[in-house]
Formats: sequence, structure tokens, C-alpha cells
Amino acid sequence: MRSLWSSIPVRGRVILLVWAALLLAAPIALDRYLISIFVLIFYFAYVGQAWNLMMGFAGQLSLGHALYAGLGGYVAALLWFYFGIGPWLGVFAGVAVAATFGAVIGWLGFRFGIEGVYFALLTIAFAEFTRIAFDNMPFTGGAGGLFLLYDAQRSHQWWNLRGGPLLFYYLTLALAAGAAVLTASLTRSRLGFQWLAVREDEQAALSLGINAFRVKMIAILISAGMTAIGGVVLTFYYNNLFPAQAFDIGRSIEMILAPIIGGLGTIFGPIVGAFILTPLGEGLIALTQKLGIDAPGAKAVFYGLALMVIITVRPNGIWPWLRRLLGLTESGS
Amino acid sequence: MTALLEVAGVSKRFRGVLAVDSVSFEVPAGVIFAVIGPNGAGKTTLFNTIAGVFAPDGGAISLAGERIDGLAPNEICARGIGRTFQIVRPFPALSVEDNVMVGALLHRRDLASARERAQALLRRLDLFDRRRQIAATLTLPDRKRLEVARALATEPRLLLLDEVMAGLRPTETDRMVATLRELNRESGLTILLIEHVMRAVMALASRVLVLDHGIAIARGAPEAIVRNPAVVQSYLGAETA
Repeated sequence: MRSLWSSIPVRGRVILLVWAALLLAAPIALDRYLISIFVLIFYFAYVGQAWNLMMGFAGQLSLGHALYAGLGGYVAALLWFYFGIGPWLGVFAGVAVAATFGAVIGWLGFRFGIEGVYFALLTIAFAEFTRIAFDNMPFTGGAGGLFLLYDAQRSHQWWNLRGGPLLFYYLTLALAAGAAVLTASLTRSRLGFQWLAVREDEQAALSLGINAFRVKMIAILISAGMTAIGGVVLTFYYNNLFPAQAFDIGRSIEMILAPIIGGLGTIFGPIVGAFILTPLGEGLIALTQKLGIDAPGAKAVFYGLALMVIITVRPNGIWPWLRRLLGLTESGS
Repeated sequence: MTALLEVAGVSKRFRGVLAVDSVSFEVPAGVIFAVIGPNGAGKTTLFNTIAGVFAPDGGAISLAGERIDGLAPNEICARGIGRTFQIVRPFPALSVEDNVMVGALLHRRDLASARERAQALLRRLDLFDRRRQIAATLTLPDRKRLEVARALATEPRLLLLDEVMAGLRPTETDRMVATLRELNRESGLTILLIEHVMRAVMALASRVLVLDHGIAIARGAPEAIVRNPAVVQSYLGAETA
């Protein structure tokens, strides 16, 4: 931790501290609606970081990350729904189930040399058939969804994630910050170097004694587990789950836009991406509603356009460019 | 003297083509051993079989008496064989130093000690001044040296060099030859090299194996090899006359 902090240039530390203070104090000035947008920003920064760890650092493309979030959410919600087990405990079960799915996908892909886009197809396939399975399982609510009903007695048990937007504001903020610190420290570890080597050239990595299978498995396990935690939190925030949304490929794509736009393989990329994309997307929805236009696909179209523009103008993402602009080029990745 | 590397009757077949045909040789510890031969003679295939990229279809490969054939490339590296690639494969987006760090982290768990080793090797291979450069921006001779530094970082007992001189200018070749000689003399590093640049082979190797169509057609001291009629006919031709 200390070496991590000292690796950031002084100017970067100042910016980071001011920014952290602003975010911690912001709810004082924000209304409920704005707080809810920040929750989404932090959520997408968090799950984007989880995906970035696997793609940006270990070089493994997943297009089915909604699977892990959905599984985490469902497992914790079902434990709460049927047995009254709180999410602070349920999250462990959710992480375990998601990591197990990650292990199966990783084993199939990495053991049998399914790489690149073919591996990505495998991740989509798993998310899709899980969606179909959940659509048809009666005890999960099937296609009709699962609802966490309001319970007056437990409505203020913050440790059970029962609370208002403010609770989720700070919780998702902590998750996003924690994920960034975790990723930063991992990338400065032996494992981080091994990930980069495998990402850059797997044959060369093998020739240097790196067990590529093992390091890729670690990446998918960490990424799946982290994403599942995000799924648990989002589920207890919204209090409902539908297979068609939770496991949807659209959800998976939404998760990966922030790191791509912000900058793959950078620590601040997913955060910057989420801060740009989510407010714009939500703003667009608010605008179309205000104008009375019924355009349910507007957000997707807008995301598509934003992606095209940013990839064209800043192919490495916004963060590497922003970092230069802020004068942080030296080591503050 | 016991052999560090023992290759006994190794064969490798690709869909009916016998790329390596029951080749046997021994590389004693501490020597520089060269494998030469015309293009398509099976040199790189032989190398890849030793390095674990392919399992041989027949025969046995042992390092210091332990069978290593059929092991994965990473396991073979962990046992003490470092290699370079004929077509260099640096990690393009990483800095020169980080490329070497990856190798050094095989046996060193903490970054500081790995960085120390990486920097020592970068000094040795004349890349220290370029250590912060991104590997993709290096010139070919520098990339070749980077491959050697990276392989050395894994602290190999045996270093496999696949045409590290190819594409180098004569002065650069001499520099590489001098570096490899130093490494061999100072640390007793055993080197097995595939090379087309006869100038380097003559300057470095104490023993030479000649492959042609996957078969070992001659072996011996370099001075004798260049006068061997079979070798002259199949490989060297009139060049050396």
C-alpha cells in the first residue's frame, strides 16, 4: 500500500485526495436522483475494473460478465428470500458460485486452447444458457423475476444492505476504490507481470517458465468473484432480478464499455470511463423522457456512437490522454 | 564429463514429413555447441522439441540425467533451459526492463531482487540506456539482445539460441559473440545455438552438429566440419572456399 501510494506523483496524489474528499462529501449537495446516478457510476467503475483485470491485464476477452453479476445477485437474493440469510453472508456463497462458473469456463477455454474471440463466444454461451435456465427454474421466480420485498423490521439493517441510496452510494464508492487499489497492487506483483507477459505473447511467456494456464485461471477467478460482489450489491439496491436482464448480453456489454472507453489495462480507465458514460447515458434517458419521446433503444444507440467516436479519436482510451493532460505521465498509471 | 543435455534418437514427424530423424548428440556442461544446416534441415524443430513446444515422436531428451521430453515449455524453462526465438517475440507493449523482469521473476519472488537482476543483464547486453523504452520501438539488433537478456534472466543452465545473429551487421555479430563468450567463460553457461552465420559459429562453438533433411550428417570440431565434403556439398557450398 505504501509503495503504491509513493508510486503516484505528488500532483496525482493531490488530485486524488481532492477528488476523494469531493466524492465523500458530495451526498450533502446531491438529491436522491443524482445520488442514484453516482451509485451506477461507482457500480460500473467497479465491475469494469473486475473485467479490466481479466482483459486489460491478463488479456482474456470475456463478453459474458453479466453471468457472474447475475449469479452473485441470484445466490444472495435466494438465500435471503428463502432462509433470511443476510447478503453479508450470502455474498460469500455468491462469489463461490460465480467463481465456480468462472473456473469451468476458464478450464474449458484455457485447457483446450480456445482463444480470443472463440473464448469470448464461450463466455457468451455460458451467460446465455444460464439465462435460459433461470428463465425456467420455478424456485428462482423464473422469467417473472425475483423480488426482495420490503420488510419494515429489517428496513434499516445496513449490514443486510437494507437502506436508502446513501448506503449504496458509500458502499459502491468503497467497492470502486477498493477494486482500483487491488488491481493496482496486483499489477505491481509477480502475478501482474506474468499476466502482462501472457497478454502480450503467450508462447514467449511459456518459454520464460510462466504457467500460462494457472495465471489465466487466477485472473478469471478473481474477476468472476469481484463481479459477483457487484451483482449482490446491485440486487439489494434494486430489490428485483429478472433473468432476461441479469444475464443479458447487453448487460455484459454495458459492463465493458467503461474500461474500453477509459483505457484498457489502466487502473483509472474504468473509473474515468464510468464517469463519462453513465451520466451521459442517464442524462439522455432523462432528456428523452422530458421531451416526451418514447425511445427505449436510445441509450444503446448512444453508447454505440460514443464508443465509435472515442475509439476513433482516442484509440487507447480517455485516461492515457487525460493523464498526459494532467501532467501525470511519469508513473501514475 | 557427464553431458548436461542428452538427445538420444529423437524424431519428430509432421503429417508424414520426418522433420527430425532419430538425431542423437550430447552437450557437455560448459561448452558452446552449434547446430548448423541448410534451411528446412529441421534445426528449429529439433530446438522446439528440446524446449518443449513439441513432444518428440520418438527418442529421449535428458537434462542433467533427468528426462524432460514431453514436458510443457514452462516446466522445461523452470528446470533450467532458457531459449530465444528465431523470429523474436518481445512483449511489445512492455518496457525493455519489464520484459527482462518477467524472466527474472521465475526464480525471484520479490520485485526488487528481480529488478536488480534484470538491470544487471541489461547492462551486460548493452540495453541499460534503453531500459525504459517500449520493446516495440527497439531495432532488430536490440530486440535480439533483449531476447537473450530475457532468457538469461530465468537463470538457465542451458541457453538455446535460435539464430540470434541473423540480421545483425558484422560489428553487431562480433559484439554478440563477445558477450556470449564472456557469459560462457565467466559463469560456465552452456550454450546450444542454431546459426547460419558461420563467422559466429567458428568464433564460438567448440563442437558442431550438421543437420540435413532431419538427419545428422556430420559432427565434430568446427575446423574439421568446414572441410567435411558432405557438409560442403549440402550446406556450405562454395561460400567457404
